Amino acid sequence: MNKTERRKALSGFVVFLCGAAVVVALIPLFLVFGYVISKGFSSLNWDFFTKMPKPVGETGGGMANAMVGTAYLILIAGAFAVPVGVIAGVYLSEYGKKSFSGLVRFTADVLNGVPSIVIGIFAYSLAVLPVKHFSALAGGLALGFMMIPIITRTTEELLNLVPGSLREGSLALGATRAKAAFSVMVPAALPGIMTGILVALARIAGETAPLLFTAFNNRYMTTSLLQPISSLPVQVYTYAVSPYEDWHRQAWAGALVLVGFVFTFSVLARVVTRRLERMHHT
Amino acid sequence: MTETVVREMEIKAGSTPSGAPGSVPATAATGPSMAGRKVRMESKKLNFSYGPKQALWDITLQIPEKTVTAFIGPSGCGKSTFLRCLNRMNDIIPDTRVVGDVLLDGNDIYGQGTDIVDLRRRVGMVFQKSNPFPKSIFENVAYGLKINGMSPRSEIPERVEKALRRAALWDEVKDRLETSAMGLSGGQQQRLCIARAVAVEPEVLLMDEPCSALDPIATTKVEELIFELKRDFTIVIVTHNMQQAARVSEFTAFFMLGRLVEHDRTEKLFTNPGQKITEDYITGRFG
Repeated sequence: MNKTERRKALSGFVVFLCGAAVVVALIPLFLVFGYVISKGFSSLNWDFFTKMPKPVGETGGGMANAMVGTAYLILIAGAFAVPVGVIAGVYLSEYGKKSFSGLVRFTADVLNGVPSIVIGIFAYSLAVLPVKHFSALAGGLALGFMMIPIITRTTEELLNLVPGSLREGSLALGATRAKAAFSVMVPAALPGIMTGILVALARIAGETAPLLFTAFNNRYMTTSLLQPISSLPVQVYTYAVSPYEDWHRQAWAGALVLVGFVFTFSVLARVVTRRLERMHHT
Repeated sequence: MTETVVREMEIKAGSTPSGAPGSVPATAATGPSMAGRKVRMESKKLNFSYGPKQALWDITLQIPEKTVTAFIGPSGCGKSTFLRCLNRMNDIIPDTRVVGDVLLDGNDIYGQGTDIVDLRRRVGMVFQKSNPFPKSIFENVAYGLKINGMSPRSEIPERVEKALRRAALWDEVKDRLETSAMGLSGGQQQRLCIARAVAVEPEVLLMDEPCSALDPIATTKVEELIFELKRDFTIVIVTHNMQQAARVSEFTAFFMLGRLVEHDRTEKLFTNPGQKITEDYITGRFG
């Protein structure tokens, strides 16, 4: 084998390795999707979305309360995590040279890596222990804490991509620093910030661990802030570990709906980004 | 404001720092005759530094009202830095230092009681690279009016139209005011930025190389615009293009290595400069 042939063979081998790695990476994804769809689809029907859970032993029923619960928890989490996250991101980007903001940035990164069960324990001690009962509020709080660092860091990164000349233009017209940040910089970065928010939502929509001992679970429909509330992930978990055949089927259906939820958020993130970008830049 | 601008009220005697380049002649003690025009802005012994690096040395300069004053000089000579001292845009750069006075209608803009927001409304600015906001054309021009809360909402459309007409842009954009400003051509964007600055009715308009990114046709339009605008505004323009300085300005100041070398009526400075180094620069025999 001469030099050229050896080189070509080596190149071919490396390309083959890359392709193989991609296949290995994609197999679990397709297996998970395929399995959830095949198992869950057969149990999915209109009742599943509209009916409440049936008592043990009766077949049928659905997870309407869990779906409403998950939507409600996401709403609570977003209601405080979005403003806090975005404003913190603006602070980091606009005043980011100081040592304090370095600390904030570091904290956000650490918080982002903290296991979700730990966040759950924190929310438990903050919002469950003092009042001695589980609540939707505690669950929303736990999920919100998980969203904040994601939103903060995306907001900061996207604001840093906005040309500084826009800030100068605004200041030169008599805007204050804060006015320039919120009336020019944030709108310019809005498509990206929206993506960050939706990615954060997708991330928390399927979280189970922090909800187990904060929002807990509820067999009934509720929208009270101070009552335990059901959620899809916890309901799926509860049904999956139960000994009942019918509940297992429902757990699969719940898992499928959950995957659909997250998938929708991801697609929405892309659509919104593209739509807003087109509005801004043409 | 969190910017750190260290300012010394008094100029120490003999403060001319060591290490000053020796090849540049000392600033002319007296500027040109203003031919009876009122002085709108002036600087007195203005020194400016970025950290340890001093960028301006003892600049004393008067800017008469309703005229165009051009700043020329090689890159890095301090003309843009000086321009940005006139509306305190340098405040946002950390670790800068201003010593000396800049007066607007006789009041020190670096003084204690200065409201920077009010100052920047009175001294507007157009930048080298057009920087329209990613908003609609209308919103761009209305921006300064809205944030300053200076005119009743109902008057805004009228004032936006007036500003766009003054910037000679109205006819080109009147049918698409609600579309994004990012869709305009480079020259239109720059005129939009001029309209945006003019909309708040500043007294002084600072222009930092406004044509350097434009093609010759767009440049001609902006120059014609400057000619119109000087009836109402006091204009200060930084330019690398000496023909442009000669075309649009009444007065020209030549900067070199952070010093004001010569400041005179434009036709005098270009035809009969007082300093050898000015002549060398404007005739291109430089270095």
